[in-house]
Amino acid sequence: MNTSTAHPIKPRVAVHKFSSCDGCQLAILNLGEDLLKLAERVELVHFAEAGPLDPDTDVDVAFVEGSVSTPEDIERIQHIRAHSKLLIAIGACATAGGIQGLRNGVFDAQWVTQIYSHPEAIASLERSTPIAGHVKVDFELWGCPVSGPQMLAVVNSLLLGVAPHDNADKVCTECKRQGYPCIMVTRGIACMGPVTRAGCGALCPSLGRDCYGCYGPAENANTDALAAQFARQGLTPQAIVQRFQSINSQAPVFLAAADKIRMNGHD
Amino acid sequence: MTEQKKTVSIHVPVLARVEGEGALDLRIDDGAITELRLRIFEPPRFFEKFLEGRHYTEIPDMVARICGICPVAYQVTAAQALEKLFGVELDPWAHAMRRVFYCGEWIQSHSLHIHLLAAPDFFGCNNAIELARIAPDEVRRGLRIQALGNELMDLFGARSVHPVGVRIGGFHAAPSLSRIQALREKLRTALPEAEALIRWAASIPVPQDDQAFISVALQHPADYAIERGDIAASDGLHIAAEAFDDHFAEVHEPHSTALFSRYHGQPYLVGPLARLNLNHARLPARVNALLAESGLLLPSRNLFHSLVARAIEILLALHEALRLLDAYRVPDSPWVPVTPRAGITTGCTEAPRGLLWHRYEMDAAGCVVNARIVPPTSQNQGRIEEDLRLSLLNFGLDHPDDALRLHCEKVIRNYDPCISCATHFLRMNVERS
Repeated sequence: MNTSTAHPIKPRVAVHKFSSCDGCQLAILNLGEDLLKLAERVELVHFAEAGPLDPDTDVDVAFVEGSVSTPEDIERIQHIRAHSKLLIAIGACATAGGIQGLRNGVFDAQWVTQIYSHPEAIASLERSTPIAGHVKVDFELWGCPVSGPQMLAVVNSLLLGVAPHDNADKVCTECKRQGYPCIMVTRGIACMGPVTRAGCGALCPSLGRDCYGCYGPAENANTDALAAQFARQGLTPQAIVQRFQSINSQAPVFLAAADKIRMNGHD
Repeated sequence: MTEQKKTVSIHVPVLARVEGEGALDLRIDDGAITELRLRIFEPPRFFEKFLEGRHYTEIPDMVARICGICPVAYQVTAAQALEKLFGVELDPWAHAMRRVFYCGEWIQSHSLHIHLLAAPDFFGCNNAIELARIAPDEVRRGLRIQALGNELMDLFGARSVHPVGVRIGGFHAAPSLSRIQALREKLRTALPEAEALIRWAASIPVPQDDQAFISVALQHPADYAIERGDIAASDGLHIAAEAFDDHFAEVHEPHSTALFSRYHGQPYLVGPLARLNLNHARLPARVNALLAESGLLLPSRNLFHSLVARAIEILLALHEALRLLDAYRVPDSPWVPVTPRAGITTGCTEAPRGLLWHRYEMDAAGCVVNARIVPPTSQNQGRIEEDLRLSLLNFGLDHPDDALRLHCEKVIRNYDPCISCATHFLRMNVERS
């Protein structure tokens, strides 16, 4: 067994972008001094925003930011999958279709004609979908955006030859550990923390505001109980639907929660 | 002439070191440019459409997602527009801290652009990792300055990408005095580093490439406009943000998913060089001294001065943040209560890449009826195409394809185009005959 950490052969890494705000790539570009260290430990084969351009060669790890939203995207992600040993989806766009997934189900061809005077030149799918909807994804890193420490933890795990791990527990657990007073209990603010995946470190509660679910659904999220709590706090069904239909609107758990409220009307 | 007819076609399929994706098609027939198209193919995300029906409290978090590199610009512009409509009088503390927060984004975005995206070109490097091998101290200094910008954003937003601190009426929370004191020391330490950065940036040889263009930027009587002001142009225009539509129009060209903006039918420049051209008289004395030392004569007509312009704006932003934080006090409340009103409103600020304009129609319940967002990159897109045409002629079309492509990429990177922002960017294709 090879337990060496000297890495005589650097793993070949690619960073690909699909429909997104580029914010998750910043988790790498904002690493500072660590960015230079990272470049010593891995070979960055393709990372258009940082400079290296070679989308076609075989790599050990491909990080994919963004959602699939054009016909060309579908071909491109299949090409990337075929040339990557490991494919890791990073961020809400790649794991859940992103904020642009809000068009799913309500997309209207008129949207294109309302914004663009040459709608025939705009190639856009009716739905914005996560990477796993098209190809096998080996690991998903949730968050809008993913953070530098999250990315480094994944890279370090891979360099050590162990499976990466990501915390799927709830934001509440992080909030309690930091000792923040619960803003839902103490201030009656409708907070998404009880159903939202940990990873940010409970940033919103640290500022005395509500979590808005940007890390997507936690495992075993009790959305029914939270929706009922929101209703008791005086939120309208429409407002509750919008709480679940925001940054991670197409994550199955959040989508199901919203659909249930829509169907039950005024429950 | 006995020279053979030749067609040259250069296709740059994905433009590296720009934010988002775009391509360039160039066709040269008989020594003349017959086709030059900057194609932005960042898929449209239809932000304006899905903002419809959303409550005003959600808007800062949603519009941030238009751009991971300049979320503060989107948040502050939206907040400005909505606060104007709702008749909110911000506490002077919140006014000042919005500017400090915004300075953080300028520092982060400009330093990232200079060191990771633009500078490698001028040293024959393909990327910042290569540049770090020949200019390690300069690159490390740049990364430190970038990190300090991120820290300023983090101070008010808990994180620098999609920060969570802005609310309509102010901020969700006020940082403690001890955190401010610690950051003030870092800002003071960074001042000489930013001055050294200006000297380094000014020492990088750039092409002489003067062109005629109109600069457009916000102007404010009190300071170097960032988070507020009226819209001014180098031909003398001075209008309120509300009158934007009377002078500027967006048109869609079928080769791009970004809309092109025109000022009185003409392309125009927004961004750091446009701002310096119009507002250099408002720079603090020490920044002005460094500007004089740099040898940059204003107004400049050479877009290759954008690099040093960004360096000067980093120093400005550090000075402004320090000035405002030296007077820091913890407010009674970081926000004031808000009551929504129906109506139409506009907001306008200077994103790192230039003028950013928002327009919202709101209903009485405080929900968006419709929204329009005009980002800096779509405003610059027409100017970039015009610049490429003029700059290539000045450079000479007889150069080999690789040299032409590199020159085009340098020209484009002067604008620091943010293709994700353009929502609605570069591959290059040269054809010659």
